[in-house]
Amino acid sequence: MSLDKSDVEKIAHLAQLGISEVDIPGYADNLSSILEMVEQMNAVDTAAVTPMAHPLDAVQPLREDRVTETDQRERFQAVAPSVDDGLYLVPRVVE
Amino acid sequence: MMEWETVIGLEIHTQLATQSKIFSGAPTAYGAPPNSQACAVDLGLPGVLPVLNKEVVNMAIKFGLAIEAQIAPRSIFARKNYFYPDLPKGYQISQYELPIVEQGKLAIRLEDGSEKIIGVTRAHLEEDAGKSLHEDYHGMTGIDLNRAGTPLLEIVSEPDMRSAEEAVAYMKKIHALVRYLGISDGNMQEGSFRCDANVSVRPRGQIEFGTRSELKNINSFRFVERAINFEVERQIDLLEAGGEVIQETRLYDADRDETRSMRSKEEAMDYRYFPDPDLLPVEITSEHIESIRATLPELPEAKKDRFISDYGLKAEDAVILTASREMADYFEAVVESSGEAKLAANWVIGELAGYLNREDIAIGDSPITAGMLAGVIKRISDNTISGKIAKDVFDAMWNGEGDADTIIEQKGLKQITDTGELEAIVDKVIADNPEQVEQFRAGKEKVLGFFVGQCMKATGGKGNPAQLNQMLRDKLGK
Amino acid sequence: MHDKTLAELARDLNSGTYSSEELTRHYLERIASHDSQLNSYITAATDAALVRARAADEQRAAGEAGPLTGIPLAHKDIFCTDGLKTSCGSKMLDNFIAPYDATVVSRLNEAGMVTLGKTNMDEFAMGSSNETSFYGPVKNPWDTGTVPGGSSGGSAAAVAARLAPAATGTDTGGSIRQPAALCGVTGLKPTYGRVSRYGMIAFASSLDQAGPLTQTAEDAALLLNAMAGFDPRDSTSLDRAVPDYSAGLGADLTGLKIGLIKEHFDPGLDGGVADAVDAALAEYKKLGAEVVEISLPNTHLSVPAYYVVAPAECSSNLSRFDGVRFGYRCENPTDLADLYKRSRGEAFGPEVKRRIMVGTYALSAGYYDAYYIKAQQARRLIRDDFVRAFESVDVIMGPTAPSPAFKLGEKADDPITMYLSDIYTIAANLAGLPAMSVPAGFVNNLPVGLQIIGNYFDEARLLNVAHRYQEVTDWHQRIPSGFE
Repeated sequence: MSLDKSDVEKIAHLAQLGISEVDIPGYADNLSSILEMVEQMNAVDTAAVTPMAHPLDAVQPLREDRVTETDQRERFQAVAPSVDDGLYLVPRVVE
Repeated sequence: MMEWETVIGLEIHTQLATQSKIFSGAPTAYGAPPNSQACAVDLGLPGVLPVLNKEVVNMAIKFGLAIEAQIAPRSIFARKNYFYPDLPKGYQISQYELPIVEQGKLAIRLEDGSEKIIGVTRAHLEEDAGKSLHEDYHGMTGIDLNRAGTPLLEIVSEPDMRSAEEAVAYMKKIHALVRYLGISDGNMQEGSFRCDANVSVRPRGQIEFGTRSELKNINSFRFVERAINFEVERQIDLLEAGGEVIQETRLYDADRDETRSMRSKEEAMDYRYFPDPDLLPVEITSEHIESIRATLPELPEAKKDRFISDYGLKAEDAVILTASREMADYFEAVVESSGEAKLAANWVIGELAGYLNREDIAIGDSPITAGMLAGVIKRISDNTISGKIAKDVFDAMWNGEGDADTIIEQKGLKQITDTGELEAIVDKVIADNPEQVEQFRAGKEKVLGFFVGQCMKATGGKGNPAQLNQMLRDKLGK
Repeated sequence: MHDKTLAELARDLNSGTYSSEELTRHYLERIASHDSQLNSYITAATDAALVRARAADEQRAAGEAGPLTGIPLAHKDIFCTDGLKTSCGSKMLDNFIAPYDATVVSRLNEAGMVTLGKTNMDEFAMGSSNETSFYGPVKNPWDTGTVPGGSSGGSAAAVAARLAPAATGTDTGGSIRQPAALCGVTGLKPTYGRVSRYGMIAFASSLDQAGPLTQTAEDAALLLNAMAGFDPRDSTSLDRAVPDYSAGLGADLTGLKIGLIKEHFDPGLDGGVADAVDAALAEYKKLGAEVVEISLPNTHLSVPAYYVVAPAECSSNLSRFDGVRFGYRCENPTDLADLYKRSRGEAFGPEVKRRIMVGTYALSAGYYDAYYIKAQQARRLIRDDFVRAFESVDVIMGPTAPSPAFKLGEKADDPITMYLSDIYTIAANLAGLPAMSVPAGFVNNLPVGLQIIGNYFDEARLLNVAHRYQEVTDWHQRIPSGFE
């Protein structure tokens, strides 16, 4: 799959990545060659193969429904870029 | 004029009443100071991982069993990827391809008394998002992530409903059911129970569905009805004017009673669902399902049938009394302490429900407890007071004047049982109404009611109507 | 003291030859005097390390010392360390002080170990040369004009240069083994699920696994004893008993069946590396092992499948870096989209952006089946090859990397060539198998690694196989000149 400028822009938008205009052709080239390499998989027929999401055939462990966490807002918000009154602040969201 | 048919499917989000969150050990209590109940996992801090709450799985199984659904022996959590400030990880952990509950059904009862089966396509587990507070914080929006990670069961119906009334009946039924099961508090003000409605219209007789719009985040029964009715009208007007319905997400604005397009989410979302690699498949054995089944409470249908057979109630009364677990429990408590099922049913459905409705009070908060109501009923059945006086006693109890016996005593409402006293009253009423006496004697039986009424009035309601009836018959010579 | 292994340091600490404080001070001084040549550390813990060392000495005085008490080590900067900067090699987390310890860190702390500092790494562990770090490249102590490998390049270089007696690393596609090979140290990636991932900043969740980088297999066993085990905070960690990995060291290798991967001796393999692997196999034959050639017919799918699975998972794992709750936030964002796009655009480097975009694309509507599902299917074929192979052999061997350390900058502009640096290591991650790299010779004065892959949860055997080799060779004892 060869990607062009608009493909890269679309992907970058989905991933919320700011990419400067001048870098787009380079990314388009890189991504195209990575996808081309990846497409070597197509040489193998996998129609009958069950996809494998996990290396081990393990089952989800379950935890008891107990409150184990205490309020650590001060500690957690010490690393936050912008807080006020215990709230994380972001630019105005318009619904 | 074309005849249109409405098609509705509902997606109900109900918060599960667990102590801790679905993937973390943070508490789920409502109303805590902002971000004081958001732990590292809920905040999506680097490196932290989700671990599934056992109770959440059990609650989903309970719900599945209650709607006669398939419980998936293996279900998978997936990531739904999108960026939003109330979604800390940039993805919501949900279930996509293999949900925990599939193919259930539920009967709703319509106004005309008929029943309709609504299919439940699936119910899946997911985490709730936080809240954006749009008040002005120095021109910014504030984010509170206390709600992030609260367990949700999303219940998706088939597009089986054909009117707003049906949709409301279904939503109420689900609401009652999750409360019966004890898996959700169903508190709609706090957002514990909310719904999205998929609404479309089509010419009656057409098989294909029309293009639907999705009405988001409606949090009351009344708003569901109004939102759907508005939307149906909007779509019909649009189509009849030669326009086209576009598939979109719309928001119901209760203040203006209208739906409008959500512009911020207009662009097509590509959620890039994929199995969450931090979580493994959830496996549920049939032994486990059976052990959960054994813990299920009596469900509305079974309870209704039992009320009919054990208490001899009319079907419509049994339906009303089992509409919520709280009402059914209240009724049974009244029966237990009064021993009078039919009287209990009449009083709960009649007087009590009327007062509760009028003042918009939940039965659990009723100022008249089941024990107090049973107290009045006992005094009716032992002829201490008449049904009419009982209403006054009820009103006094509602106003906090004490229990039935106290009120009867203090207000002197006890029935007059002294035959001599009653006889004097009966004689006087007969003497004062010669015309009616004539009529009665001429065969007009109905006039007896008039006499009883006059006697009751004369006793200030404290006579016993049955006793007066008998005395009147005797005296009037028939 | 810095030429000693963990096992030797433990003996000296026990006999009172020196204290943990003296030992820790010695390493801190070496970091201060030597690391400017290598750039292997992002953060040195100095004062905090000495406090912990003194506590360890007190513990020993009270007779409560365990086998690792008072021994210093370095942590890859991907592990969250409470109160100490955890950058993950990225501008994104340059200001991030984790408010908690990763489980690996807390377990090693509980074992009494002393954290010397946090080692340099490829940004978010994405890289094979340590050149993608926001903090600049790490240099290979054997030749500072070459790369140390990646992504745990700082850990490998620090251990090789004896700036730490041991270090932790993480391995998603070879990130412990490949730098271990290029720096001439011993590296172990355990079975997926053996070591908790909690607090280890995720790159690709279904592939990431933490492990030790040490001088010897004996030391790797000591560290794994402390690191391994079920963690209730990690759903993917396995609730399965942890054996004493040190107990089985020294067992006889007579009759051991070694499978040699036919496909790894391809034209891409450096001749000198091939010779070193052959020589190592000859040593194993002398130890009584039997070598048979095996085929992993789907192994050529490893790199393609990996470059779908890992980017797909990373594209989602890295969404939480959005400038809202922690980490880098751009100056004066005009609106929400601007906040996201500039914060992420300014703080992620080009390789991280490439992988996020590849993964985003592979998961997007219309491409999911062709890329993501296809890769998951290829993944099963790759695993099934191993399952079949382990029916007839005990361990599998081959080269760790196709060549010794390459020049700084040599592959930096060509992602595909760089990706092929991990061509032999990726399969073990896709399958979830444990695998090691042990020093097995030199080509042009640069170290070569022998890769040993074991069956699921067979770390004890793997460590013994490596240990017996290290008893009869001294490659692992060589120290690069200038760092003796």
